[in-house]
Amino acid sequence: MNLSVDFAGVTMKNPVTTASGTFGSGAEYSGFVDLSRLGAVTTKGVASVPWPGNPTPRICETASGMLNAIGLQNPGIDLFLERDIPFLKQYDTKIIVNVCGKTEEEYIEVTERLAKAEVDLLEINISCPNVKAGGIAFGQDPKLVERITSRIKRKAKQPVIMKLSPNVTDSAEMAKAAEAGGADGISLINTLTGMKIDIYRRGFALANKTGGLSGPAIKPVAVRMVYQAAHAVKIPILGMGGIRTAEDALEFIMAGAAMVAVGTANFNHPSAAFDVVQGIEAFMRKQGVKDIRELIGCVD
Amino acid sequence: MAEKKKCSAVITEQRRLTPDIFSMWLQFPEEYNVAGMAAPGQFLSLYCRDGSRLLPRPISICEIDREGRWIRVVYRQAGEGTKEFSRLRPGETIDVVGPLGNGFQKHSGKNLLIGGGIGIPPMLALANELSGETEVVLGYRDGALFLKEDFEKSGAAVYVATEDGSAGTKGNVIDAIQKNHLSAEYIYACGPIPMLRGVKEYALEKGILAQVSMEEKMACGIGACLGCVCQSVSKDSHSNVNNKRVCKDGPVFDVEEIIL
Ligand SMILES: Cc1cc2nc3c(=O)[nH]c(=O)nc-3n(C[C@H](O)[C@H](O)[C@H](O)COP(=O)(O)OP(=O)(O)OC[C@H]3O[C@@H](n4cnc5c(N)ncnc54)[C@H](O)[C@@H]3O)c2cc1C
Ligand SMILES: Cc1cc2nc3c(=O)[nH]c(=O)nc-3n(C[C@H](O)[C@H](O)[C@H](O)COP(=O)(O)O)c2cc1C
Ligand code: FES
Repeated sequence: MNLSVDFAGVTMKNPVTTASGTFGSGAEYSGFVDLSRLGAVTTKGVASVPWPGNPTPRICETASGMLNAIGLQNPGIDLFLERDIPFLKQYDTKIIVNVCGKTEEEYIEVTERLAKAEVDLLEINISCPNVKAGGIAFGQDPKLVERITSRIKRKAKQPVIMKLSPNVTDSAEMAKAAEAGGADGISLINTLTGMKIDIYRRGFALANKTGGLSGPAIKPVAVRMVYQAAHAVKIPILGMGGIRTAEDALEFIMAGAAMVAVGTANFNHPSAAFDVVQGIEAFMRKQGVKDIRELIGCVD
Repeated sequence: MAEKKKCSAVITEQRRLTPDIFSMWLQFPEEYNVAGMAAPGQFLSLYCRDGSRLLPRPISICEIDREGRWIRVVYRQAGEGTKEFSRLRPGETIDVVGPLGNGFQKHSGKNLLIGGGIGIPPMLALANELSGETEVVLGYRDGALFLKEDFEKSGAAVYVATEDGSAGTKGNVIDAIQKNHLSAEYIYACGPIPMLRGVKEYALEKGILAQVSMEEKMACGIGACLGCVCQSVSKDSHSNVNNKRVCKDGPVFDVEEIIL
């Protein structure tokens, strides 16, 4: 039985990774999950310098989901390279580094700093709804998506995945723009912009007023967007949004995702990502599927 | 390699202490004795059965019986999650990750424990384990007192403050400290932010070393999501930006360390 997949030229032992920002750089979860059993670990967004993020509260629960407005707090690329990459290198898993920035130059600076690092793939977050400058501003205009993709591609030493936003009229158009810019893969979806009001305090549940909605509540939207992107581009797709079980992951795979990421579900169950790997294996055994690749995009 | 896990604890007792405060004893499996690893000031992540409520509820450890593999939690019915917990009956199970966070640094000497409202429960686990002279000040909204006798059983001298004056000193915990002329070498406190501010001011003025337990909304509970940060004086070990994680670097902090 084969679970390994090829993603943008990188071979993963299975198609399961973690969604950026929900798993740190793996250290905190390593007691709960053997990281070597995951296809890859995707790290929290890292910028050229440390970012303090947004004021609290940054988190609130919603029906079958949650809103977050972390605001991309991160230690900056220096500490990340010194601490987080060596930590992950102890494990037999691929490393996907999620990159954020406020300007194109900042994305490029981080990309260049990663050139010599032992990382397998870059995931460029142009879709964070929680920071004012950068982030989503780049992800909502196809011309900007294409331009930033091609500028990053020129400097990148690793394959580049562009992470797209669901907060657009036509995500397939953004996927095409990323492909035109030379992207090696697409990942989607990032969170949907949302809001919760605390009726007793007559105020916002989040200090940032709005936040990104994630979790099972967004899964049908995510599956639809993965399906549409898969039909719009030839490059592989890393699908995510509300995956909690192997059955959820298989929906994304059948819709066309070559890899899947487990995000918010980690908060509900710290070994969720590994449980998804095991569940996919069990499904294949039961259904007599010899190769996971038979399932990718099998629902047309 | 993966040695930590979410485990299932059996509820062995569920009791209502006041109209909205409940006490629950949890027993842990022999092969994963959370109680054996627990220390006062740490907390548990309790998970809801209702699958639409994904995030763990952080609840402090109120009492520990390491050999019996028991932990007691005392919680206020605040919303749907804690309402669900209050309906669990003995024999039923609840999913738990823990113990989490860093507990109180224990000192022997003249200890003053201060708990306000739902910040009272963690102080009991501490009172049970401190040696030396221990005084406890408990702040309540009204006469619906809870856990007072348990503190008395621990051997501590117990003082009460109520906002409406229905029991003990009328006012807040600092009023009770002053009225009863309490003094201490070490302070340990948990309660709402305004109370912690008062404690900080009092401790700094008197030059007493104080530790406080903080609260913030959490998603992962283990230090990965950066949801639960509080502003700190020194750099945090994660991002170097003066944002300590309540779940991982706390919930207990030295009071001078935290910007309240
Ligand atoms: C370290 C720590 C220790 C705590 N110890 C205790 C305790 O011993 N006893 C007790 O009664 N309460 C304690 N709390 C508060 C307790 O976590 C909340 O009251 C509880 O999560 C409410 O859940 P709910 O579903 O009933 O309420 P809802 O309002 O429906 O909860 C919705 C979401 O908000 C979160 N939330 C709501 N209120 C709080 C809060 N005050 N702090 C953190 N998250 C919150 C919930 O976890 C959930 O994710 C503690 C909080 C922290 C951070
Ligand atoms: C707390 C939190 C932090 C996140 N941080 C990032 C981030 O730093 N970079 C990024 O590209 N996406 C980030 N995301 C988005 C997730 O990677 C993912 O795209 C989204 O949550 C949908 O997947 P899920 O429903 O499985 O969580 C974050 C999501 C959450 C909940
Ligand atoms: S709750 Fe995730 S870092 Fe504290």
